[in-house]
Amino acid sequence: MMTTPPFDDLVRAHGARVWRVCRAVLGPADADDAWSETFLAALRAYPDLPADADHAAWLATIGYRKAVDAYRARTRRATPTEVAPDEHVSTLGQPGAADDELAGAVAALPDKQRLAVTLHYLADLPYAQVAVELGGTPEAARRAASDGIRRLRTRLAKPATTRSGALP
Amino acid sequence: MTLAEVNLVDTPTELTELRDVDPGTLDRLQARLSAEAEDARLLDLAYTTTDSPVGPLLLAATERGLVRIAFAVQDHDRVLAELAEQISPRILRAPRRLDQAVRELEEYFDGRRHDFDLPVDLGAAKTFRRTVQRLLPSIAYGQTVSYTELATRAGNAKAVRAVGSACATNPLPVVVPCHRVLRSDGSLGGYAGGLDAKRTLLTLESRVTT
Repeated sequence: MMTTPPFDDLVRAHGARVWRVCRAVLGPADADDAWSETFLAALRAYPDLPADADHAAWLATIGYRKAVDAYRARTRRATPTEVAPDEHVSTLGQPGAADDELAGAVAALPDKQRLAVTLHYLADLPYAQVAVELGGTPEAARRAASDGIRRLRTRLAKPATTRSGALP
Repeated sequence: MTLAEVNLVDTPTELTELRDVDPGTLDRLQARLSAEAEDARLLDLAYTTTDSPVGPLLLAATERGLVRIAFAVQDHDRVLAELAEQISPRILRAPRRLDQAVRELEEYFDGRRHDFDLPVDLGAAKTFRRTVQRLLPSIAYGQTVSYTELATRAGNAKAVRAVGSACATNPLPVVVPCHRVLRSDGSLGGYAGGLDAKRTLLTLESRVTT
């Protein structure tokens, strides 16, 4: 018989996974709030979750949605004038700056690529599960992830002046 | 599921920085979650563990009070899984709710406390088992009674076996002192925490009173 394990088991098993997802979209400063909202929402819904639910996919997906919502809210607040995400000011020398820059690049990916990259490479979900959230086939999810990685590479290679720690 | 997560995918080097997670971060997040869950009244069961002369003890409490104490030999993970089934799966490690219980247990094991003054949640069941468990705190510190005597006090002198099983299933050992119940011949009988634990508690109590 399937039983519902203590919620604490889920926090221990999937806490890092959800944090990676939130940080990839939001950067380390705002990831805490999204992580917390994710697990509170999950705790609220947990008693009604089917006993055979896949906890990794369930939590990673809630985390991804919470993070994207927070990212969109932040973008709305922060940009009265339109600024392209890759033109943000240098974060050289700030704590967590490398994380921030990388997360900024992930956040700036087109929706489908960002979802596929985050859920596959950072939440470790197989493409079959990424496809459930993305809609479409696992093969399409795989393509979205590899397109996303290619785009990240190009973006990160371009503005050498904002790369972390590099002296002129 | 193990704590160390296996990296199932071959991560592109660009993303490796985004895979590192500092354990301190997770501890901090977990503590914040417990506090927020408590505030949102979503924390049906809070638990913690504490060291004692009878080994690590698991303590769990509902909003009403202490609901479970378990010895290591009872397997803390198994006990938490049972609580998830019996009461609610909304369980988190949240030591704050157990602060008073931990403090009183420390005082007890130091010999400075003879009676516990804690809200306990023994449930509403009016079974014979619960009747017996509610009688146990009336056995004074340092005293012992026999299973037979306790059966008489519970109103059914013949129910010695049922008294034994009520003691064996006491959800709050140490605090609800089933260790003070012995066989009529003075031998120890049984104990959920093992006979060594029972002996340790009785020795502690006899040492301080004499």
